[in-house]
Amino acid sequence: MKKEKLIISADDLSIGYRVSSHRQKLVHSHLDFQLYRGELTCLLGANGTGKSTLLRTLAASQPPLSGMLFLAGKLLSTYNERELSRMIGVVLTDKTQAGGLSVYDLVALGRQPHTGFFGRLQSSDHAAIEKAIADVCIVHKAHHYVAELSDGERQKALIAKALVQECPLILLDEPTAFLDVVSRIEVMNLLHTLAHTQQKAILLSTHDVEQALVLADKLWLFSEEEGLQCGVTEDLILSGAMNHLFGGESVLFDTQHGTYYPLVGGRKLIRLRASDDLLQHWTINALNRQGYNCLLGEENSQNDQSLRGECPLLTVRSSQELILSNGEQIHRCYSFKELLSILPEATL
Amino acid sequence: MKNNPWRYGILLTLLIFILWVFNLFVGSVKIPPLEVCNLLLGGQPERTSWAFILWESRFPQSVAALCCGMALAASGLMLQTAFNNPLAGPSILGINTGASLGVALVMLLGGGTLGAGVFSLTGFFSVVLAAFLGAAVVMGLILLLSTFIKSSLMLLIVGIMIGYVASSAIALLNFWATAEGVHSYLIWGMGNFGGVSLAQLPLFVGITFLGLLVSLLLIKPLNALLLGPRYAENLGINIRKVRNLLLLATGLLVAITTAFCGPIAFIGLAVPHLARLMLGTSNHNSLLPITILMGAVIALLCNLICVLPGEAGLIPLNAVTPLIGAPVIIYVIVNQRKIQYFN
Repeated sequence: MKKEKLIISADDLSIGYRVSSHRQKLVHSHLDFQLYRGELTCLLGANGTGKSTLLRTLAASQPPLSGMLFLAGKLLSTYNERELSRMIGVVLTDKTQAGGLSVYDLVALGRQPHTGFFGRLQSSDHAAIEKAIADVCIVHKAHHYVAELSDGERQKALIAKALVQECPLILLDEPTAFLDVVSRIEVMNLLHTLAHTQQKAILLSTHDVEQALVLADKLWLFSEEEGLQCGVTEDLILSGAMNHLFGGESVLFDTQHGTYYPLVGGRKLIRLRASDDLLQHWTINALNRQGYNCLLGEENSQNDQSLRGECPLLTVRSSQELILSNGEQIHRCYSFKELLSILPEATL
Repeated sequence: MKNNPWRYGILLTLLIFILWVFNLFVGSVKIPPLEVCNLLLGGQPERTSWAFILWESRFPQSVAALCCGMALAASGLMLQTAFNNPLAGPSILGINTGASLGVALVMLLGGGTLGAGVFSLTGFFSVVLAAFLGAAVVMGLILLLSTFIKSSLMLLIVGIMIGYVASSAIALLNFWATAEGVHSYLIWGMGNFGGVSLAQLPLFVGITFLGLLVSLLLIKPLNALLLGPRYAENLGINIRKVRNLLLLATGLLVAITTAFCGPIAFIGLAVPHLARLMLGTSNHNSLLPITILMGAVIALLCNLICVLPGEAGLIPLNAVTPLIGAPVIIYVIVNQRKIQYFN
């Protein structure tokens, strides 16, 4: 069962560029991974870790430096251009000159691997194009110019182009960059649906951690230190793999909420008691911004004990009742606005 | 969006026919229209000079104009798509100048004039070959540089620079050439569709149509190239092969026109824009044929304007083409936010 779904597998793969016949610039080596049909896989990693190089290698735009890369059980390098164009569809960030085409014409370009020398479209081609346009929900724009589309719609049109290629594998290079929140969610949701309903293997690189954690069946975490870590999203999150994805000390992963947050400079300590998780989360958020590190709960570890005595205590009963006590002084605040305004003086 | 390309095709074909007939009736020497009709229908000429003018001058000139227009417009469109830049064109990228350099080498170093050179068949071929090599070298150089220079604007500037280098080579050649050679080169450089004689016409038309045929065979990859080379590659296009074919077709078309009619500016640059504005699409299925027809219309129109002064003489072709071409380009640039194919 699993074997039939395997579309890409790599064995000790090294990726990078050939600078000249003797020199090569190695980006990553010893990569092992598999990609399956019916799954949405998100490739996460900092800029410059080689996400694009990996995608280009998978798309056969550049050869691997060493190692084996199999596409549907055959070595990738043994495919010719036309065979590849029916196996792998890509959506790139390249600037196109397609503004003067209708959406229909743009999607029709995806049929080129299947049409004859002059690219004439048969009725089956037209049917495939119409279905793909419907699948990505831009039927109402089918006869508009590509130039008239919003960024999100343009991305959907390019996804439809990849769909009509009828490839088992679709690679997307940052398909949600430049999109607003709604379009980002729509595009990711669309890709997730397509992977499941049409049994496509979809691999995309993205910086949108939030959406990736929600919708990706598998994650590929790419970093210089750890190389490529692959696995089911939840396994990776709970094993702490996300913590090391971005090397820096000032960016932390909030395992509970699945987001990265920055540590703002100036670590002052404050004890926090909040009546529920929601209040606790947003209070920490506000205090972090002001340069406070929160000590939570009643249970104290021994080495914190000495610190705690001197720390101010903030008790949050509700968003309208925040009580700050520092030694003898007690401040009652009725909003975060009020709390933040007295905070610097009250915690001196 | 619903513009029917066939309707435009028929309209333009009619226009070509009308303009072509006008080109036969109007010229530097006044020939009564009835007499032209008589001659065209195979009647006996009232004066033998009229028959000579019609068959040896006006007929080949009008056919040459038609072919040149088609050739330059098609090569302009191919360049704009290949370089992903709507402001590319044979004259801008220096391909024209490359062909000119080839011609200058044969004309000026060959010692003779263009006229003397091209009366023989070998002369004909040596001029065309030199022009083709010049055009191909420049285009090959730009294609090579385009693998290093990603910005199409920078590439365009590099093309202009290469054009300047070729121009200065031509100027140096002029420096050592005979006065007669310089004079004939100067005349040739002004552009003139009359450079093709009746005897050369079949070969001229043949080579032009060969180039146009290659361009029509490239419609599918040209459409894929609208998405840029990486998308085109993913659609199964062999980029290297297509680029070589584009090089061949464009080089051939620019070379044949430049060798005989001089470096004609603006037709290659402006006509694809006129066609796109008219059709409202960048899809080469209809855009390329319409561009080719439109090129013929514009060239015939320019040729007609050139002979308007009648007995007073000819207006140089390169004085007319910018008058039509430059406003089109300025219009397109000013309105680029409104024009779809720019975005």
